Amino acid sequence: MLSPGDLEALRLTFKLAGTVTLLLLFFCIPMAWWLARTSRRGIRVIVETVATLPLVLPPTVLGFYLLLMMGPNGPLGQLFLRLGFDPPVFNFTGLVIGSFFYSFPFVLQPLQTSFKAVGTLPLEAAATLGAGPIDRLLTVVFPLTRNGILTAGVMGFAHTLGEFGVVLMLGGNIPGQTRVASIAIFDHVEQLDYTNAHRLAGILVLLSFLFLLTVHLLNSPRRRPSP
Amino acid sequence: MKLRSSVLCLLISLSIRGEVLQVAVASNFVATLEELAVAFEKHSSVEVQCSPGSTGRHYAQITHGAPYDLFFAADVERPRLLEEQGKIVKGSRFTYAIGKLVLWSPDPKRISDVYDLSKTDFRHLAIANPTLAPYGVAAKEVLEVFNLWDLMESRIVLGSNIAQTAQFVQSGAAEIGFVALSQIQRPGKELPGSIWHPPPHSYAPIVQQAVLLNDTPAARAFISFLTTDEAETILSSFGYGVPNVIPGGS
Repeated sequence: MLSPGDLEALRLTFKLAGTVTLLLLFFCIPMAWWLARTSRRGIRVIVETVATLPLVLPPTVLGFYLLLMMGPNGPLGQLFLRLGFDPPVFNFTGLVIGSFFYSFPFVLQPLQTSFKAVGTLPLEAAATLGAGPIDRLLTVVFPLTRNGILTAGVMGFAHTLGEFGVVLMLGGNIPGQTRVASIAIFDHVEQLDYTNAHRLAGILVLLSFLFLLTVHLLNSPRRRPSP
Repeated sequence: MKLRSSVLCLLISLSIRGEVLQVAVASNFVATLEELAVAFEKHSSVEVQCSPGSTGRHYAQITHGAPYDLFFAADVERPRLLEEQGKIVKGSRFTYAIGKLVLWSPDPKRISDVYDLSKTDFRHLAIANPTLAPYGVAAKEVLEVFNLWDLMESRIVLGSNIAQTAQFVQSGAAEIGFVALSQIQRPGKELPGSIWHPPPHSYAPIVQQAVLLNDTPAARAFISFLTTDEAETILSSFGYGVPNVIPGGS
């Protein structure tokens, strides 16, 4: 049904979205926790504002500046070279970094909101009962914010799946490395090969639907919570 | 009486002044078309508005009713398809320019010959996607003619059109690339670096055709302006070959 090239593109898309989502959760959970707790309003507001900036730039523009920064002449590209790596353009690493910035606000926001909603009371109660910081995090905060963390992960994943502009600018359309499904669909459309474009787009939507449905099913309560 | 005629004059000039040509143009030809538009606007009161983009996207938009008056494509195929579907003004398909391909690097010492590529002292060679862009097809042909395709394949990165390909090279993300001569050789805005010109027979000519989509006097006037010496001078100053026959090419 799908050509090997399109299958490869699909596989790469899900690999990218998965990698980026895990990385984002790893970075954003501590950051959102700090943002939700800190009393230093000045720094908090600045960090919040900077974290929202990827929303302002159109993806191709964001991608263009990432290309300048991460190419062999850019500061980040130079850093990679000095450390003995290839600059993160035209390879999978580049896409991960680009998507990380692009999807950042979508993961940070829901986390911050749900951490804020926990409030101080449950934590103080747990502390009085003798729970240490790690214990409080694992047995109080995470269970209470389970839905928020899930939402953050789903938003990051879905947003990266649908990404096009950043990848177009940073990727260079290399099969198995940077040709994700959105790029492959774009190529089919440009070649007037609408049949394959419809197929790949249909399968991308279907798979994403099934994935998201599973996540939501696993996390919705079986019965309506009693009032 | 006098007042009435001057009002009439004003109305006529207003209606002409208000005339705007909407032109869909392939990304490699935008700068040239803008220059042509400036020259044309000096002779007439028609304003030419360019919408740059890839020929494939323009084609999809035009078949779905995009309101362009003229379409300057990067190839022959899309204008011919539009003609077959009866989307163009009958008999209006013509060749407006012959594109020229060059190998370019912003580094003034990098290229003097195509075999400099075989030194492989670079990470990435940018070309336009051969499945999408005529300049990409030409780049692939050149690499194959000189038996360099296999050696280059792992280094090739694909731009979705020739504009993006040049962007890859200009930003330094790719050290070297096959781009359109018209992107390097813009009068007054030449880009520095080293260039190699593939011999004319190492790739099939990049024939660029245009079609008339909306039959207006302004659009007709612009097409006939393209055959003037003034327009042909602009075309060649941007590094395009001037077609022998305008309009009505194959």
